[in-house]
Amino acid sequence: MTPGSVVFYVFAAITVGSAAVVVLARSLIYSAFALLFTFFGVAGLYVLLGADFLAATQLLIYVGGILVLLLFGVMLTHKLYDLDLKSEVTQFVPGLVIASGLFAVVVLVAMRTQWAVGSGRPLEPTTAEIGRQFMGPYLLPFEAASILLLVALIGAAMIVRRRGDA
Amino acid sequence: MIGLHHYLAVSAALFSLGILGVLTRRNAVNVLMGIELILNSANINLVAFSRFGPGNLQGQLFAVFVIVIAAAEVAVALAIVLTLYRLRRTPNLDEADILKG
Repeated sequence: MTPGSVVFYVFAAITVGSAAVVVLARSLIYSAFALLFTFFGVAGLYVLLGADFLAATQLLIYVGGILVLLLFGVMLTHKLYDLDLKSEVTQFVPGLVIASGLFAVVVLVAMRTQWAVGSGRPLEPTTAEIGRQFMGPYLLPFEAASILLLVALIGAAMIVRRRGDA
Repeated sequence: MIGLHHYLAVSAALFSLGILGVLTRRNAVNVLMGIELILNSANINLVAFSRFGPGNLQGQLFAVFVIVIAAAEVAVALAIVLTLYRLRRTPNLDEADILKG
């Protein structure tokens, strides 16, 4: 095994193992902190794939934003003295059957298909090129995404406000 | 040599675990964590195809948009969960049945 493949297997194991903890842990706090390691593992996979800008974005937005938001959600939807923060599991066996069946089908299709593997991207910094693409051919989707974020911001504030507040 | 198939397998495992979380958890915040896993698995696929495919950046650009959508989704979803908690004093999804006729 080359060092590169060892690093890949380490990141893959971190990602999948902590994703399993996210799904199976009894406590919500354990799930949230396992999600942190899943995001780190995915960022590592991005680095291995030569996506340096995306790896940094993954850490900033997922770990710094979304995970903190989810932790706020955990704290705000439980009474403060309720320290165990249990999350119950329902219909585990049918869910496990569906998920493992889905996994088998997806892996089978992914392995059997002849993907159009091309020359591949050389490993070089991507940030400048991504910025150029966003300001050029992808300008309209870029602006649409910014409007979506604005709408989500206003919408979230509108939904959580108490009835009667103007 | 690590190829496209390895990344696709990791992504499939992450996707299935996300589906398992969405299907089996009662807590709404935990279901959201499952959705985040699913979005991350899609992102791994996009970046992997961008790396091993024709050699342009389109996959990574798509992945940036997926991250934007995920941020907007989790903000609105948490607002809905908080409103539900204020209304019913529970974060469990199967007790959110007041729309039932």
